[in-house]
Amino acid sequence: MNSIIHPPQTWVRQPFIKSKTVRYCIYAGVVLYIILAFNTLEVNWVRVWEGLPRGQKFLAGFTPPDFISRWEEIVDGVLESLWMTVVSTVVGIMISIPVALGAARNIAHPLVYFFCRGIIAVSRSFHEILLAIFFVKFFGFGPFAGFVTLSFATIGFYAKLLTEDIEDTSASQSEAIQATGASWWQWINYGIQPQVMPRMIGLGLYRFDINFRESAIVGVVGGGGIGATLNTAFDRYEFDSAAAILIVIIAIVFLVEYTSGMIRKQVQ
Amino acid sequence: MLRLEALHKRYATGEVALTSVDLEVPKGQVMALIGPSGAGKSTLIRCVNRLVPPSGGRIFFDSQDVTRLGSRKLLKMRRKMGMIFQEFALVERLSVMENVLSGRLGYVGFWRSFLRKYPQSDIDDAFRLLKRIGLDHMVDKRADELSGGQRQRVGIARALIQDPQLLLVDEPTASLDPKTSRQIMRLICELAHERNLACVINIHDVPLARMFAQRVVGLRLGEIVYDGTPEGLNDDVLTEIYGEEDWHINKYARKAARQESSCEKEETAKPAAMSV
Amino acid sequence: MAVSQQGNLKVWHRFDRKQQWISWAGWLTGTIIFVYCFQLISEKTFWMFVWDAPTQVGDLAYRMIPPTWGYFDKIWKPLWDTINIATLGTLLAIIIAVPIAFIAAANTTPSTKFVRPFALLAIVSSRSINSIIWALLLVAIVGPGLFAGIIAIGLRSVGFIAKLLYEAIEEIDPKQVEAIQATGAGRLQVLTYGIVPQILPAFAGISVYRWDINIRESTVLGLVGAGGIGLQLNASIMELAWSKVSLILIAIIITVIFSEWISAKVRHAII
Repeated sequence: MNSIIHPPQTWVRQPFIKSKTVRYCIYAGVVLYIILAFNTLEVNWVRVWEGLPRGQKFLAGFTPPDFISRWEEIVDGVLESLWMTVVSTVVGIMISIPVALGAARNIAHPLVYFFCRGIIAVSRSFHEILLAIFFVKFFGFGPFAGFVTLSFATIGFYAKLLTEDIEDTSASQSEAIQATGASWWQWINYGIQPQVMPRMIGLGLYRFDINFRESAIVGVVGGGGIGATLNTAFDRYEFDSAAAILIVIIAIVFLVEYTSGMIRKQVQ
Repeated sequence: MLRLEALHKRYATGEVALTSVDLEVPKGQVMALIGPSGAGKSTLIRCVNRLVPPSGGRIFFDSQDVTRLGSRKLLKMRRKMGMIFQEFALVERLSVMENVLSGRLGYVGFWRSFLRKYPQSDIDDAFRLLKRIGLDHMVDKRADELSGGQRQRVGIARALIQDPQLLLVDEPTASLDPKTSRQIMRLICELAHERNLACVINIHDVPLARMFAQRVVGLRLGEIVYDGTPEGLNDDVLTEIYGEEDWHINKYARKAARQESSCEKEETAKPAAMSV
Repeated sequence: MAVSQQGNLKVWHRFDRKQQWISWAGWLTGTIIFVYCFQLISEKTFWMFVWDAPTQVGDLAYRMIPPTWGYFDKIWKPLWDTINIATLGTLLAIIIAVPIAFIAAANTTPSTKFVRPFALLAIVSSRSINSIIWALLLVAIVGPGLFAGIIAIGLRSVGFIAKLLYEAIEEIDPKQVEAIQATGAGRLQVLTYGIVPQILPAFAGISVYRWDINIRESTVLGLVGAGGIGLQLNASIMELAWSKVSLILIAIIITVIFSEWISAKVRHAII
């Protein structure tokens, strides 16, 4: 009789992070961080509490939204935002394309690569509103500063994502074009461009969306557009007009997003 | 025509793909390059048109040293070498015609190619080739709508419209079914004979190499271990190239098939005849 | 077809005549719109200022260099606050966004007609209004400070996270869900075994990505009084202390690049 006694087999789910020490360190770190963060929060709860009724009154000031008394300014602001969006998206993309080519590891020379990556990093690091502050200082108040801001911000977004797409292109397709004896430009035009074209259109439309949304805030610091109208409404305590402006922004963003989504679907 | 002298390739990773290869391919010869994966077949043909820069040795083509060419001269040289790829490597979002015409890129200027305004002679050539490969009804189809065999035909047309003197062919049948593979190989060889081209075909399918090539070169670990006729590929040679293996496995397969068919009496012995 | 017969020549063009016209018309309209828009902007621009910009840039660069390195001691705390705004705001957003995403996704929503439209409306409103504007509103309601910043970041991120998450939920493989249903699992069990494992990587990726964006956004919330490094930046700009401004900008760049690096690492580890 050779009976083997099997130990009872247990099973527990394999945790995502396999090393126990690392796992507990991460847990401890998270807990520690949350404690630290809450302790240094310095929220003036009294002020918040006192603010609530005031906030209520403030919100009451928003209703009902007043579309009528500032209607002309709203229309002007929206149109200005739209022009800014169109021009800055086009200019931004035109600058982004060479930058993206320069920043793609499978195409560019190392020196060019670092230079273009630098441009992208700077453009991405600074929030639109920071850029707008500086460009308003350089170019004066008005939509021109807003246009420059949005164009510059477009580079960080568009060039970065386009670069990733270029780096993902099929190497065999571009190799085949090289093997025909094509020059550098022909290689880009035949080997790379067809592969990234759908993505380029999609990203362009997506950036158009974003630029319109951002055009609402560059106005807050003097960059023109609907943001300027909104800022004026706040400054004059015309909260009902401000509410109307916010609703208009939401509606237009929705519309733009919907149409661009439709077009993107068509392209793919 | 094509002569390699002590060709050596070491990748940046330190891996040596070709130790020292000497090889000569005369005009009009279809040569098959066989060998196991990682033997350096792909590297070898990519060194010839310098898609992969060789790290030592010389390559003479058309009495010029390819390894010493400046970048402009290299592009001119590449026009004379048509290349056919594994998995076709067509630009998938371009039409069949655009793919074929892309073989002329080395001959036309940038703006002409950008605007797709090719000389009429190129267009005529393209139509003639498309007709020859049997795809003249698919001119405006996009490359990703074609089947595997059709794509490889387009790949062949793209290489031939370059008006090359040499064809470099990299695993042309790797992703095709057996019947299409034979058709593609037949097409390549016929076209090479018609135009009297030298032709280097990388292939891992030994029966196909035997069937179509005039000469077989076996590569193992970056060295030539066999150079001779397809008939000379006996078991010892195959072992030399690929390592130990029973090369008659299909004998048993046939026997097994025969037994199977004798069990099911309604079935004839068709499967046995099919096996190759 | 783009192939035509001319005499005994077979001619090929990339486009046939109609496509050619559409293509040209498209480019022409595009150019006209662009030029028209630029024209309108240019009318509202004082070109004198624009031409003066290079001098301005030079002048400002002169004032900004070198940065007041000693000021670094004073910005540790605001930087810490900035990171907290982003992190806590993201956490808040995640807590609100997850249920909204499940309600908004067509395949998990409890009711397509009654609840789903509200979820979608919430998502759109949250997304359309920039966190700066949220902050502007909240500072007026709860007073200036970190709290307003956290809520602002949270409210803006809800829409972002919920949108990407519900798209991920809608794209799950229905076969896996079916397989779990076939075992006789209940609704919640289907959720945890059939749906959650499929969207978990996307969810983690989206959260970390949004956190990364929020770091960037929280650097500027201070400009409207909602706490963080932006307060110091605003103060320095107001007192025209440009050498402090440049130091703060450097600090921002470092923080943002660092957060981007972390987010990339985490996303890489997940996928």
